[in-house]
Amino acid sequence: MLTVPLLQPLLLAVLLFALGLTGVLVRRNFVFILMSIEIMLNAAGLAFIVAATRWGQADGQVMFAFILVLAASEVAVGLALILRIRHRLTTLDADAADLLRG
Amino acid sequence: MLHAIWLVPAIPLLGAVILIIGCGRLPSLLVSIIGVGSVALSAIIASFISIGFITTPPPGNAFTIILWHWMAIGSFSPAIGFYLDPLSLIMMLVVTIIGFFILLYSSEFMAGDEGYSRFFAYMNLFVAAMLVLVLARDLLFLYAGWEGVGLCSYLLIGFWYQDPANGLAARKAFIVTRIGDTGLMIGLFLLFTHLGTLEIQPLMLRATQSWPAGSTMPTLAAVLILIGAIGKSAQIPLQTWLPDAMAGPTPVSALIHAATMVTAGVYLIARTHMLFALAPAVQMAVAVIGAATLLVAAFAALNQHDIKRILAYSTISQIGYMFLALGVGAWSAAIFHFMVHAFFKALLFLAAGAITMRLHHEHDIFRMGGLARRLPVAFWSFFIGAASLAALPLITAGFYSKEMILSATWAEGGRIPVLWAAGVITAFLTSLYIFRAVFIVFFGDLKTPVSGHYGPRITLPLIALSLLALIGGFVETPEGLGGITLFSKFLASVFGEAPVVSGSAANLRLLAASLVSLAGAGLAYALYMRSSPRFTAWAATPAVLGWRRFLFTGWGFDRLYNALAVRPFLAIVRVNRNDAVDYVYQIIALTCRMAHQFLHQSQTGRIRWYAGWLAAGSLVTIAISVLQ
Repeated sequence: MLTVPLLQPLLLAVLLFALGLTGVLVRRNFVFILMSIEIMLNAAGLAFIVAATRWGQADGQVMFAFILVLAASEVAVGLALILRIRHRLTTLDADAADLLRG
Repeated sequence: MLHAIWLVPAIPLLGAVILIIGCGRLPSLLVSIIGVGSVALSAIIASFISIGFITTPPPGNAFTIILWHWMAIGSFSPAIGFYLDPLSLIMMLVVTIIGFFILLYSSEFMAGDEGYSRFFAYMNLFVAAMLVLVLARDLLFLYAGWEGVGLCSYLLIGFWYQDPANGLAARKAFIVTRIGDTGLMIGLFLLFTHLGTLEIQPLMLRATQSWPAGSTMPTLAAVLILIGAIGKSAQIPLQTWLPDAMAGPTPVSALIHAATMVTAGVYLIARTHMLFALAPAVQMAVAVIGAATLLVAAFAALNQHDIKRILAYSTISQIGYMFLALGVGAWSAAIFHFMVHAFFKALLFLAAGAITMRLHHEHDIFRMGGLARRLPVAFWSFFIGAASLAALPLITAGFYSKEMILSATWAEGGRIPVLWAAGVITAFLTSLYIFRAVFIVFFGDLKTPVSGHYGPRITLPLIALSLLALIGGFVETPEGLGGITLFSKFLASVFGEAPVVSGSAANLRLLAASLVSLAGAGLAYALYMRSSPRFTAWAATPAVLGWRRFLFTGWGFDRLYNALAVRPFLAIVRVNRNDAVDYVYQIIALTCRMAHQFLHQSQTGRIRWYAGWLAAGSLVTIAISVLQ
């Protein structure tokens, strides 16, 4: 049976996650923030898949299916919110939406 | 019949409740029917109960009824219950009957006052509270009545609350008596923790069984009860509230002085007399306080010119007599004097009210004068009251009660004739000051025009009380004058047999006491009726004037207490206006606010910052859990 290496895929997952996080933190456009979140979710999914293959368990795959569903619904809600924000603030700048500042 | 005893306080209470719920919207006729009628009904029931009690005495000459238990905490279960024995029977009769006359009188006296229904509500509550006090089986229930009486006196003294001075007098009465109440309350705690019950009769029994006479415990308990009694009964050093209590309407003064409130202290000591018998030192203190109060108040009364203040000081002085009697162990003499005093003091106040009512509420005796012809009913009733107060021999009730106290004081105080001497000197002063008032008010020239009229609801109580003030004393006469002992025989089951004083020496002292009161009246006639210029000149010399001013202020007690207690207290209050304790809490609040100021900067509303903090937090958490 093909032995699956653990380190490299996990490093890839971490890299992807860091990339997504950086995107969330540095991009000001809501659409890009949403895309960055997708990348982070996929990184987490990748980690699950790798772990599932490593130990020959189906649980990781199940979790990935969940993450897919989660990502789909998150995008649905997120896009709707972004539409509303665009409508109200006439911009997609995340820093402009700071009405709840203390 | 005896089982209906609970109705006696319940009916006035019901009347008060109806009047309070009525909120002053009831028509005044209905108010007076409820107000006077409830006490009248309670007086009738009390009379029937008394007849039943005397004709067929219950076993042990005492009757107890428990309505329900207040609460049950372990072995402590105070009951709402009444205890009727000869002592409480006499108190009950006096409170209801005198109370009825005073209420009947005030239904006319207070007519047209905007607080008419409020007045009757308070008065009924007052009578109810006093009845609870005298009929309570339990010291705790008694204390409830005790506080009720204090509350009602506050409400009634400050009845005309628009005038701030009246409010001040009311607060003074409440606070000064409260000092005494605190003593009584601590006394009750002490009795309960040591004897395990507050039911009066078992309590007294246990006290006599478990405490040797003269030991510390009964002395302490008796001192605390005495403090309570002093506060309520306006004895030295807590007497200052009573003269100021004249701010209330006159019928209120009559009720406070005659039937309710100030006699509560006398009743309390008589009720717990077994405890005082265990503490001879305290009992001696009672006598000494009584004797001192007698003299102090009589001198003060001699220099007043407000007719009601004269009567107020005379009440303090007369209650001093009762304390003197209690102090020398002449319990039934004290109760006898209480009863007679209730008759004549109610009479004097009501007569004074009838006079001031016709003189546009003029209270200064020097602006009255020549009223004997113009107001015959008021004159004769005031005169009879004065004669009874001055204890004019043979015909007045006051003579017999005062004589009983004096002879008991002599018999007990053979070692200490000082007490007897104080009593006799005060008898002279009493006669002098009250006849001074009589001669100044009723004789001489008319100084203030008389107006208005009064109807039967004012004259009837005056006549009835006059009769009582004259004949009320014949139930107990000294050995030399028939030796009737109905009253002390009746009370014997409570207090034990009173020793009979007889012999020619006793008769001689009787004669001396009678002469003393006649001499006082005679001196008053010589000084104020004939008004010799030499006396007037003497009274106006600076030294005498200074003394007179000093006595006018009631021996400067008010000034003393202002300097000792009131002003230091107010100074502390002023210093502590911002409340030092509050600073502790203010520091807590300040810390919270500063933390808020600091943290709220982080709430930027920018979602990227939040995400950043979230990531940083997660990173730290994971690092901690991994590196551990």
